Amino acid sequence: MTKKEWPLYEVFIRSKQGLSHKHVGSLRAADETMAVENARDVYTRRSEGVSIWVVESKNIFASDPSEADSLFEPADSKVYRHPTFYDVPDGISHM
Amino acid sequence: MKEINIEELEKRFQEKIDADIRIEPKDWMPDAYRKTLIRQISQHAHSEIVGMLPEGNWITRAPNLRRKAVLLAKVQDEAGHGLYLYSAAETLGADREETIDDLHSGKAKYSSIFNYPTLTWADMGTIGWLVDGAAIMNQVPLCRCSYGPYARAMVRVCKEESFHQRQGFEIVTKLAQGTPEQKAMAQDSLNRFWWPALMMFGPSDADSQHSEQSMKWKIKRNSNDELRQMFVDVTVPQAELVGLTIPDPDLKWNEEKGSYDFGEINWDEFWQVVSGNGICNKERVEARRKAKENGSWVREAANAYAAKKAQRKAS
Amino acid sequence: MTKEEALFKYTLRLGDDALIVSQRLSEWCGHGPILEEDIALTNIALDLVGQATVLLEYAAKVEGKDRSADDLAYLRYERDYTNLLLCEQPNGDFGATIVRQFLFSAYQQFMYAALTKSSDEQLAAIAEKSLKEVKYHVKHSAEWVIRLGDGTEESHQRVQASLNDLWRFSQEIFFEDEVNQTLIEAGIITSLEDLRADWEGLVKRVVEEATLTLPETKWQLDGGRKGLHSEHLGYLLAEMQYMQRAYPGMEW
Repeated sequence: MTKKEWPLYEVFIRSKQGLSHKHVGSLRAADETMAVENARDVYTRRSEGVSIWVVESKNIFASDPSEADSLFEPADSKVYRHPTFYDVPDGISHM
Repeated sequence: MKEINIEELEKRFQEKIDADIRIEPKDWMPDAYRKTLIRQISQHAHSEIVGMLPEGNWITRAPNLRRKAVLLAKVQDEAGHGLYLYSAAETLGADREETIDDLHSGKAKYSSIFNYPTLTWADMGTIGWLVDGAAIMNQVPLCRCSYGPYARAMVRVCKEESFHQRQGFEIVTKLAQGTPEQKAMAQDSLNRFWWPALMMFGPSDADSQHSEQSMKWKIKRNSNDELRQMFVDVTVPQAELVGLTIPDPDLKWNEEKGSYDFGEINWDEFWQVVSGNGICNKERVEARRKAKENGSWVREAANAYAAKKAQRKAS
Repeated sequence: MTKEEALFKYTLRLGDDALIVSQRLSEWCGHGPILEEDIALTNIALDLVGQATVLLEYAAKVEGKDRSADDLAYLRYERDYTNLLLCEQPNGDFGATIVRQFLFSAYQQFMYAALTKSSDEQLAAIAEKSLKEVKYHVKHSAEWVIRLGDGTEESHQRVQASLNDLWRFSQEIFFEDEVNQTLIEAGIITSLEDLRADWEGLVKRVVEEATLTLPETKWQLDGGRKGLHSEHLGYLLAEMQYMQRAYPGMEW
């Protein structure tokens, strides 16, 4: 007998055309079709969305927070990747 | 990876909290922090869900079409809020089903205000005005709570909640300006809900067992008594404005401290209701238990169908 | 019967259908089988309260007797309500609610689709807006009929029993009288007979996919359109009208 709880889905909503989908929360649903409908009913009651993605939470593979130092800090020292690193003479515009 | 001892982890954790860096689901956190959050978030979620019942009572008796639509939308929002909060609790490893079972078994608590009955239509106004008002007072600081998913859920909840309080105050105003019967109905409702609303902020600071650590972890930002005082200070002028009387003979403006003094809360009543002896405790939990029980064949069917569909797709 | 009289009565019928089903659905709020579905049912209820409101507003305007939508919703007597019998049937279990919703929403969908082409601009506009809502109701309820029908043995039996029980109210959907004739002749509506094939096709498709069987019984009930109801409506109205009856003439 299937007494188990419905799987958990993560919900991503595009709030308007031209923007990316953004994570808004999660919900439970028996299948993807239901997950999209539930997401519509739960997360777009105030016209918050024009498109919905759902993905079963167990399918998300995330970076490990304990490795955050080695994953992300090395980028901090590469200041030359940012335009503000460079000197531009006064009077130059459109650059 | 080199071993880091617990004290070091805890120290780093507290440093993050002190620096107002949010904690996210997979970050290391002390067990007690996780447990405190699970307890608080699930209590909060239960309050939203049980809170649907006293107002849900009146949806089918709403006096006109506009009020019916508004009340439906409001009670539905509470289901949504419960869901956002259960989701936040799930990020800490608290399975929704188990969390809900704790409510049904009486192990988990919810806001005791919902154990008071809604006897008249005016209660729809008073609940929106006072109960949602008090809830907002509690929740706004939680938008800055140290735990990311809880804080984000609260931002969403607070955004939606402001319509709740307004619709309630609109009902109260309409009654207060209405016929003598209507005004009496509003006053009677205020008389019944005023003290329970003050109790919503929890025991006084001296008796609050979880407060101090929660403040240090920035799960809580203000003490119970601070929030209660803020609530009294904003609500009294609102009652005056619509011509209703706060049922507290000791209520008076204190010029020196720049806020109101108010009477002693009946803490006996508070603890009795919290521990299950309010007029509606049994009915509330029973209604939720029945909803779950009556829905179990539905949830199973959906699971079975999803499994069949997946199998058909695979073959 | 004048065109105005017919238009009033017809609009009232549509309004009463939406009003009574929404009243039934709102009984679910706080008691759904799972939170997500609680919210979904309430969304449908809200759509239908909205439809009832605009339809009754329009009916009141057509009637021209200075009554409001609320007067129509809350201050008529039992025999003056003209909703389908199907709409007033008690919620039963979730399966019964879903079957009722599916049969009704499927009718609404084809009815509104036809009505978008009405020569009556107001009705056409109401239909246009409502159709979008109802399409979702059909999708949602049909999916649930299929899930429950093709789910577990228990769910299959339950939903089949609900279908058997509610089927005797299904053909009332196509009930027509002088009201319809008058409006058909005036070019405002089309005959409900024109929807029958579409409605039956959709119902059959969903019922089959749900591995359910359409009841063979030919016996059908009607009366709702003439104000002849089941006993259930009286209780529903007693609850719905309570405030307006207990506190006559007050504003809320």
